[in-house]
This record gives sequence, C-alpha cells and structure tokens, in this order.
Amino acid sequence: MSTNIERFDYDNRIVKQFAIATALWGAVGMLAGLIVALQLVYPVFNFNLPYTTFGRLRPLHTNAVIFAFVGNGIFMGVYYSLQRLLKARMWSDKLSAIHFWGWQLIIVAAALTLVFGFTTGKEYAELEWPIDILITLVWVVFGVNMFMTIIRRRERHLYVAIWFYIATWVTVAMLHIVNSIELPVSFLKSYSWYAGVQDALVQWWYGHNAVAFFLTTPYLGMMYYFIPKAANRPVYSYRLSIIHFWALIFIYIWAGPHHLLYSALPDWAQSLGTVFSVMLIAPSWGGMINGLLTLRGAWDRVREDVVLKFMVVAVTAYGMATFEGPMLSLKNVNAISHFTDWTIAHVHVGALGWNGFLTFGVLYWLIPRMWRTPIYSRRAANLHFWIGTLGILLYAIPMYWAGWMQSSMWKQFTPEGQLQYQFIETVNAMLPFYAIRAVGGLLFLAGALIMIWNLMKTAAAGNFLANEPAEAPALARNVQMEGKEHWHRVIERRPVQMLILSLVLVGIGGLIEMIPTFMVKTNIPTIEAVKPYTALELQGRDIYIREGCYTCHSQMIRPFRSETERYGEYSKAGEFVYDHPFQWGSKRTGPDLAREGTDKLRRMDSWHYNHMADPTSMSPGSIMPAYPWLFSNKIDVESTIPKLEAMVTLGVPYTADYVTNGEAELKKQARTIYETLKVDESKLLTGDEGLREDHEIIALIAYLQRLGRDITQTETASTQTP
Amino acid sequence: MSAIYILIGCSIPIAFGFLVVFLFAARKGQFDDDYTPSLRMLMEDDVTGKDETV
Repeated sequence: MSTNIERFDYDNRIVKQFAIATALWGAVGMLAGLIVALQLVYPVFNFNLPYTTFGRLRPLHTNAVIFAFVGNGIFMGVYYSLQRLLKARMWSDKLSAIHFWGWQLIIVAAALTLVFGFTTGKEYAELEWPIDILITLVWVVFGVNMFMTIIRRRERHLYVAIWFYIATWVTVAMLHIVNSIELPVSFLKSYSWYAGVQDALVQWWYGHNAVAFFLTTPYLGMMYYFIPKAANRPVYSYRLSIIHFWALIFIYIWAGPHHLLYSALPDWAQSLGTVFSVMLIAPSWGGMINGLLTLRGAWDRVREDVVLKFMVVAVTAYGMATFEGPMLSLKNVNAISHFTDWTIAHVHVGALGWNGFLTFGVLYWLIPRMWRTPIYSRRAANLHFWIGTLGILLYAIPMYWAGWMQSSMWKQFTPEGQLQYQFIETVNAMLPFYAIRAVGGLLFLAGALIMIWNLMKTAAAGNFLANEPAEAPALARNVQMEGKEHWHRVIERRPVQMLILSLVLVGIGGLIEMIPTFMVKTNIPTIEAVKPYTALELQGRDIYIREGCYTCHSQMIRPFRSETERYGEYSKAGEFVYDHPFQWGSKRTGPDLAREGTDKLRRMDSWHYNHMADPTSMSPGSIMPAYPWLFSNKIDVESTIPKLEAMVTLGVPYTADYVTNGEAELKKQARTIYETLKVDESKLLTGDEGLREDHEIIALIAYLQRLGRDITQTETASTQTP
Repeated sequence: MSAIYILIGCSIPIAFGFLVVFLFAARKGQFDDDYTPSLRMLMEDDVTGKDETV
C-alpha cells in the first residue's frame, strides 16, 4: 500500500470558462425564447425578414437552451465535480481547451446556419452535416479527456455522479451518430438516410433520449455532487442512487415512441414506448427522493440559503416532470395532449425548473467558491429565485389551460354532428394564454440577467483561483505515470472482460455493416398509389423545411373522428416512404397539412400564393408570418439533379430518364402553375418582380398541392408520376 | 419499420455493454460499500482555506 502523498492542482480555469459560457448563452437562448413567444401574440415580431421568422428562430431557441445553455452547464458541472471526486486534475489541459472552444464554435455555427435556413428539419437535430461531424469530434475529445482522468484517478471508488457522466457520454455518442446519418447533397444540405415512419422512430428514439441523456443523466450526476456539497449533508441513500441509476439508463432508451402515439407508427412500437415510459416513474422518482431527502434535517438551512432554494425547486420540478411525462405517455391522455400546448408546458416545467434552476443553483455555489468571496448580493439572488419561480408558474399554468382548451375545441362537435370550431377560432382562443406565457418567460429571463449581474460583481470583488491545490495519496496502480502502459495493464489483467468488450465493439461494427443490407427490403406496407415527389415538389418541400413550417404545422392525421372530419383520411405509414426527412411535426399552432392537396381541402393555387404573401389576407386573425422573399428568390434549379440523384441513392425510385430531365420537368410543372395563376393575376399579392414562374413560391405551391393526394385520388391526375 | 433493426441493434449492444461494466464494477468491489461514499465526498480538504458559503 503506497503512502506516497501527491500534490496536484484542480483546473478551475476550464470550469470558469464553461460557467461564463453557460450564463451568457443562457441569456441568449432565453431571449430567443421570449422573441418566439411574442411572435405568437404579435406576428410583427417576425420583422418581415427570413432570418427572424418563428420557423427559424424556434430551432435557434431550442438549440441554444439545450446545447449552449444546458450543454455548457453540463461541462461546467462535470469538469468541477469529476476532478474532485477522482482526486485528479483533468488529464489534458489541451483537450479541455479544445473541448471548450470547439463547443463554442459549434454554437456559433449553429446560430449562423439556423437563421440562414440551413436545417435538416429534424427537431433538436437541425444542424447540418458539417456541424454534426464537428460535434462528434468535440464529443470524442471530451470523452478521451474524461476517461483518461478516470483511469488516472487517485480515488479508486467511482462516486455515483461519475456513473451518470459515463452513461451520458456513451449514450449521447450513440444517439447523435445514429440519428445524424444523412446523405449530403451540398456543403450545407443533406437528406436523412431514413424516411417516413423509420425516420420518425429514429428521430424520437434520439429526441427522447436527448432528454434522458443530455437533460437528465448529467444533471442527476450534478445533483448528486452539488446538493450534498451545498447542504453539507450526505446523499440520503447511496444504495438507492446505485439502483435507480442502472434502472434509469436501461429503461429510458425505450421510451421514445411515446412521441408518436396514434401516429402511423406500428401499434406494437407505440405500446412498447408507453409501457417503458410508465415504468420510468420509479427510477426517476428514485432520483427525486434521494435529492430531496438529502436535505432531511437541513430544511431550516433551505430557508436561509438561496443555493439550496434553487436546488430544491429544481428537484421538485424534476419530480413533477417525470410524473407528468409517464402520464402523457398513456395513449388516452396523449390523445388529448398531443400537438397541443400541454406538451410545451411539460417541456418547460422540466427545462425551466429542473435544468434552469439547478444550473442557477450550481452557478451561485460555484462562482463565490472559485473567486474566494461571498456572493455580491444575497438579496438579488433571492430576488432572482422568486422572479424565476413566478416565471415558471406564469409559463406553465397558461400553457396547461391553453392545451386543454385547444384540444377540447378541436374535438368539439355540434349537436348536428359538425365540427364546432374552425381552426382559426382555436388559434384566437390561445392568444391571451400565449401573452401570459410570454410574461412568464420574460420574468425567467429577467431573473437570469439579475444573476449575471450579481455573479459579475462577485467575480470583480473576488480573487480567482485558477489552480486549486490538493493532495491525495496515489493509488497503488498509479505509481507509473506512463499512460499507455497503464491502460494496457488494466486490460491485460482481465482477459475475459477484454474479450467481452471486444466482442461488443466488433458486434456493433458488424451490425452497422449488416443492417443496411436488411434495410433494402422494407416491411412498411407499400401503397401502390404512392409515388415520389416531382422535381418541383421536391424543391418546394426543401423550402418548407428551410422555413421551418413543421414547427407550427403537423402532417399526421390521427384516427379520431374529430381529425378525419376536419382533415380527411387518417395518415398511413406507407404514404411517407419517400419522405427524407419525415415532417410529421410535433405541434399544431396552425392546422395539420397532411391532406392539404386533396379534393376535400384543396384550395386554388392563387389562395396559396396570397396566403404566403400575407396570411391575414386569406385567413383573418392568422398569426402566421408573411414570406415575401419567396416572391423574389429564384428556385435553385441547378440543385435539382443532384437532389434527385441523392434521393435515388436513398432508395426513391426515380427513373434515370426522369433524373436526367429533372430541370426540364421542373420548369414544365412550374409553367403549368404559372399559367393557372396568370388567369387570376389581378387578384394576386405579387411582390416587386410581379408574377414569375421561377420564383420559389411556385415550388412551394406545387408541394402543398401534392400533400395527401396519392391515396385519396382514383387517378393521380395533374401531377407527373416519375 | 426496419429502422427498428438499427435501433435495437445499437441499443442492445450498448445495454449489454452497460451490463458488462456493471458486473465488472461489482466484482471489483465498487458497490460493496454503499454508505461511506456519501460521507467521503463531503470531506475534501481545502488546502488553502475555509469553505465559502453563500
């Protein structure tokens, strides 16, 4: 047994960098959230510019708060706690720096590309393929640094927080890679390798596990470190933490289908998602119970200590969200909540309460500590707490109300058996609630800004300790500091484990190679009448994706009478086989568009023309922004053939002739639409250039007029069948 | 629905990997003591001075 006491330093600089980034990006992300909230009440806040429409700013908000705010928050918490729990400095200061600057570069790239309309059209995975590659590289850098630090540790036992960090790293790597498999068409444009139902399933396997392994597991790890530290009390039950950790990471992966209940996803997959989601209450509440009961005997300190106040509300919000989530995963509840603002309320209880407040609590604890000075103003910190809490309430409660009201109105029939409400009437009913929600968001942002001011004053008054001295005896095995030799020694002593691990790794590689061959024959029932999009419709679809239409409009009619009455035949899996990516959407701020092109719902081309130029001209009371740039931008004709070729690679059965003549086909269909519009030219809200057949609006009209037609027509009439 | 092959194909090896890691850790004694780690993490000697409280 070695009694060799080693002296070393903890790296606080990297924690400081991530902490500053967390706070600043948090403000940016929350401001983006406030803007999109205001846009729903006052569409003027779309500013009539392509860069600032709701459809482009909403992904900016979600990416900023998830990856920039929570992301940097995770790294702040991990880098601080990991070093101290392992009694070892981060293995490589260089990798720490690359990780930090790499992550910030990703965020800036995201901000720029999203407002310019470069998006994959998949929620929380909008970033295009070059940025996806960058994310992978930076994540590997983070992983190497973390795992090498674990290997070089001076504390043999791995505290529970470390387990959560390891599970986070492994699972996020898998999720990101699998969901980001896309075929590039150009430098900033790609198509999802998956289509339709497949894409939906992979997307929400990813999407829900982004919640699980980005928003939950790393923060549970942080909870297990920072709450005991802040309260100076041990975790209530360490045994419970072990049990719920393993249960959580096993069960969470399967919950994804609860985003697709009553959709065209096969029923057995939906039920699987429901069952696992309900089971998830147990391990999630294990975490909540452990967090709250850690404060047993210390509740009087919660009254005095603002850090503990934030943490208690955070854990409580975690408990609420992880009870509500399973409830929303029950099909009968989901039938009411899906596509409504209830989902938004649920998200924000978790995001504002759990992620937001735990981040704030950690910042208020960490900054004074690292700058060796008390918090500048306890009163301002307390003010932040109360404003933030009020903000959460004013966010969630109106959204619950709005969600129920919306759902009830959509489903309401008159005694004669007609739908009671037009969709626009349900939109109008939401406006007061959207307004109150914006106030809630404003309060939450204001609290965060107060915090930034307070922490800046604290840092200014303090003395930052960049390298915190520490000492600990070396582990017996750690005496040789040769990295490579050490790693091998660990593995070499355990040949059985090495074999198993190797098999697992090889197995993964093998599966990745083998599965594509299985995927050639799909077992989604193919519908004979469903044909690929025409060249012009494909361009129009890409415009739909670029403008983020899916953030307000769904394309998935559920098998409920209220939906089939309003929209037509419910959506079948086979209709989406050529949709790279799928565009089912998650929210109906506007009506579902899945059957927009069918005879039941079809409007004249001129209606769509005017509606996109000024939605209120065709739909009084609409909160949809205008899209004037579609009436001056030219369709990117040169990209047509590369796009068709990419689709062929992905398995869409365009004939070789059709691809070769792609541009001609596009122009022919565009001319047809132009001729139709020309008849009503005097009634059109044309832009400065007047009616032209090469404007983007023509492509978008073609796409919208195609939606849902294939299975509802006896002949696929006016569309070309490639 | 054949995307399910990929999802299960990735999830099961990863889950199996977690199981292997769990068994490995249990055999090495990581979970033998399920009480003192909660106390140990509180006792970090602060070499330079007293803990700051908010």
